[in-house]
Amino acid sequence: MSQHDQKIDKELFRIVGVQNEEAEKLSNKSVSFWKEVFLRFSQNKLAIIGLIVLMAVILMAIFVPVFSQYNYREQLGVYNAAPSLSHWFGTDDLGRDVFVRVWEGARISLFIGITAAVIDLIIGVLWGSISGLAGGRVDNIMMRIADVLTAVPYLLVVIVLLVVLQPGLVPMIIALSITGWINMARIVRGEVLSIKNQEYVLAARTLGANTKHLIIRHLIPNALGAILVTMTLTVPSAIFTESFLSYLGLGVPAPTASWGTMASEGNNAITNAPWRLLFPALFISLTIFAFNAVGDGLRDALDPKLRK
Amino acid sequence: MAKKLVEIKNLKQYFGSPSNPIKAVDGISFDIYEGETLGLVGESGCGKSTTGRSIIRLYDITGGEVLFNGENVHDKKSGKDLKKFNREMQMIFQDPYASLNPRMTAGEIIAEGFIIHGLYKNKKERQEKITSLLEAVGLNKEHANRYAHEFSGGQRQRIGIARALSLDPSFIIADEPISALDVSIQAQVVNLLKQIQKDRGLTYLFIAHDLSMVKYISDRIAVMYSGKIVEVGPADDIYNSPVHPYTKSLLSAIPLPDPISETKRTRIPYTHEEQDETASFHPVNDKHFVYGTEKSFQKWMNNTSI
Amino acid sequence: MSETILKVKDLKINFKTYAGIVQAVRGVNFELNVGETLAIVGESGSGKSVTSNALMKLIPQPPGIYESGEILFNGRDLIPLSDKEMTKVRGNDIAMIFQDPMTSLNPTMKIGRQITEVILKHKKVTRSDAKNRAIELLTQVGIPMPEKRYNQYPHEFSGGMRQRVVIAIALAADPKLLIADEPTTALDVTIQAQILELMKEIQKKSNTSIIFITHDLGVVANIADRVAVMYAGQIVEYGTVNEIFYNPKHPYTWGLLGSMPDLDNKSDELLRTIPGSPPDLIHPPKGDAFAPRNEFAMAIDYEKEPPMFQVSETHFAKTWLLHPDAPEIPIPDAVARRIEGFLAKEDQVNG
Repeated sequence: MSQHDQKIDKELFRIVGVQNEEAEKLSNKSVSFWKEVFLRFSQNKLAIIGLIVLMAVILMAIFVPVFSQYNYREQLGVYNAAPSLSHWFGTDDLGRDVFVRVWEGARISLFIGITAAVIDLIIGVLWGSISGLAGGRVDNIMMRIADVLTAVPYLLVVIVLLVVLQPGLVPMIIALSITGWINMARIVRGEVLSIKNQEYVLAARTLGANTKHLIIRHLIPNALGAILVTMTLTVPSAIFTESFLSYLGLGVPAPTASWGTMASEGNNAITNAPWRLLFPALFISLTIFAFNAVGDGLRDALDPKLRK
Repeated sequence: MAKKLVEIKNLKQYFGSPSNPIKAVDGISFDIYEGETLGLVGESGCGKSTTGRSIIRLYDITGGEVLFNGENVHDKKSGKDLKKFNREMQMIFQDPYASLNPRMTAGEIIAEGFIIHGLYKNKKERQEKITSLLEAVGLNKEHANRYAHEFSGGQRQRIGIARALSLDPSFIIADEPISALDVSIQAQVVNLLKQIQKDRGLTYLFIAHDLSMVKYISDRIAVMYSGKIVEVGPADDIYNSPVHPYTKSLLSAIPLPDPISETKRTRIPYTHEEQDETASFHPVNDKHFVYGTEKSFQKWMNNTSI
Repeated sequence: MSETILKVKDLKINFKTYAGIVQAVRGVNFELNVGETLAIVGESGSGKSVTSNALMKLIPQPPGIYESGEILFNGRDLIPLSDKEMTKVRGNDIAMIFQDPMTSLNPTMKIGRQITEVILKHKKVTRSDAKNRAIELLTQVGIPMPEKRYNQYPHEFSGGMRQRVVIAIALAADPKLLIADEPTTALDVTIQAQILELMKEIQKKSNTSIIFITHDLGVVANIADRVAVMYAGQIVEYGTVNEIFYNPKHPYTWGLLGSMPDLDNKSDELLRTIPGSPPDLIHPPKGDAFAPRNEFAMAIDYEKEPPMFQVSETHFAKTWLLHPDAPEIPIPDAVARRIEGFLAKEDQVNG
């Protein structure tokens, strides 16, 4: 080997030993778990697009109805007008501006979706964590109740409920939550079951921790990721279900506009005024896509298998 | 003779249905003396980890007694009594990855016991205590704000040790604390455990399957097989003159870093002989005991050269 | 000198990760002769498993990158081979045994079918011939009542028995090279001893070459003919098993040998340890990667990477301590004493 022949300064062959200050040094800058999740999320293009779309839809839903020159129930006397500079998305058969109605509808749809998700969250987390923590017979009974609820045909329950309660916002949310929480409860239970046998939970128990301490310090922080993902994915499914029920005529009553009712009415005019179906349908799809992209992105960002 | 710190009397831990239970621990008795290290060895599934977890009340025991300083541990019902006991007895876990909460910093992990017991409420005092614990395990105060995943396996295990030390216990159960670590890191952790034992006068129950490490760290060794302790005695006796055929088989299987002797190794196979209800501990000498029936014991003694 | 079956030249493997490029294997060279066992020892992250997976081309790409090097199996380079060509090599020429016998068997398939499938894929035989061969293999790996066991599912086997089945599957197509990645780490010592005996017996019978990946020096001493010690993605010492255990030259090897207690260790002395932890392979240190943990590190170790110095015809070590200008450093006391102890015991026995 040629390197042997190279003359090396003899001075270099003095023993300097271990460089102690290096030995326990941590190389990288400290990054908290959530910061790392954020970094990973921000590298996911689809998720970022989804997030931007979502922000845009929310901002539009907040501001368009406030600042627009039209009101969503105002009849302007121009019927089924095609999209134009004065009416960007056209008007409907009663002469109302579709652009304003779409964003008014966004408010209703998002409100329904988010409220349903929050209700699912509260019931699901409570149910799932009690079931998972208690274990044994309690767990068995609680999960069988959930099973029975899922076994009842969903649409039938909703239709009966809406017929009895008269269509409206509150019955719609009740209808969505009646079985919606079960998915959340199952996921939380699964998380709790796996976390409660982790050695760090056992360690806390040997330190003398009570149940409250375990839940606040260990179970919630570690189940938060899964809960967040499930919640982000509940919103679009609630929006979709609302639209679907409204489309069947079981939605919020006129003149309130939700995307579902607008699409339903627009369906009748599909030949002469296709924009009345097109725009609400477009925004239903767009919003559902955005929520799903964000939820998937979150899931990937949280997935411990990708962590080094 | 030193004082008995922990006495385990006929401890039973069954799992599953009461009609057909899995007998993970099936009536074992042993004592741990103050200041010693008792090694508990056996193969996976023999009940050694269950024993440790039963002693520290992670499971509700099926039968028997665990006495700590003469007080029955599993009797204590009031929260105050339990907390007092928690401060005396702590545990070090096997998996350096699963034993630290990934959402907490090293400082938060070490301080968890302080929060539970309402100790060192003054912020500065708490910081100082955390720093001194980190230093005791060879880390420093900069590490307090780092998250668990930023540390290497050996460093994580040392954080786990610092957590176990945080309440100043007198007795620590180390449940396979080194088996998930690399060889060079194992030595670091074992040295650290010996060092803090000397500094703080700790008593250890050291659970492991690595016999050479157990021999090195323990004063006495208990060998466990299928939920029962089959042989217990001073570490040297167990290694140099084992009596129970299972201990002999186990010892004959340990590979040594010595190629020439490895080429000549003969493994002693073990076939389990069920012992009937007359089985009990028979003394080989005043510190070395073997579990079995009178007849088996005589047979084993005849096969042993002491 | 026997014939070489495998020659690895300057193998470099990188992984693209979120944090940067990890240089997992940084220029590995070794040779394996027919019928020999090479043990690759190292700690986690040393690159030993990546190296063994690379030989089977099992590195997923991406994130893995075969940066450079050749893997010559019977003279043919495996790196440029397509996936389809590799499937012929796998099983047939080279077979692998993994660490965890619980996950390397398919739980929904009977043991017998898992073995015959491999036989049928690689050999032109009838179904009944394959079955006979499978039962023969089960007998060979020491499974009692092979006819009955043939029709059982993996969950009906204990851990040690499962690892025997895994070995039977690996042997099904008569591979010339067997790569075993920590095959006994998940097993109890008594089972480990049985599996090691089995592997040696198989090797004797069919002259198979074995690459054995492990972190356990006792196991290495038991099974290896030749040993490669890996650290930070490189082989730092390479030699026959006796050379590595009785005449180690690299300070990392000293550290490994010293950190393991033997049964005669006095318990009042502390174990020798290697301070610190292995380096970050995203930014490997300049010079000798082991220098920051080496009590005998010299100034040059922090500047220039050492070459492989030749100690004997078969023994190499990558440390500047072997340079003629370096000070003479004897093997640390504790390690030297142990080696003497072993050799003395030997003399005693030999009388």
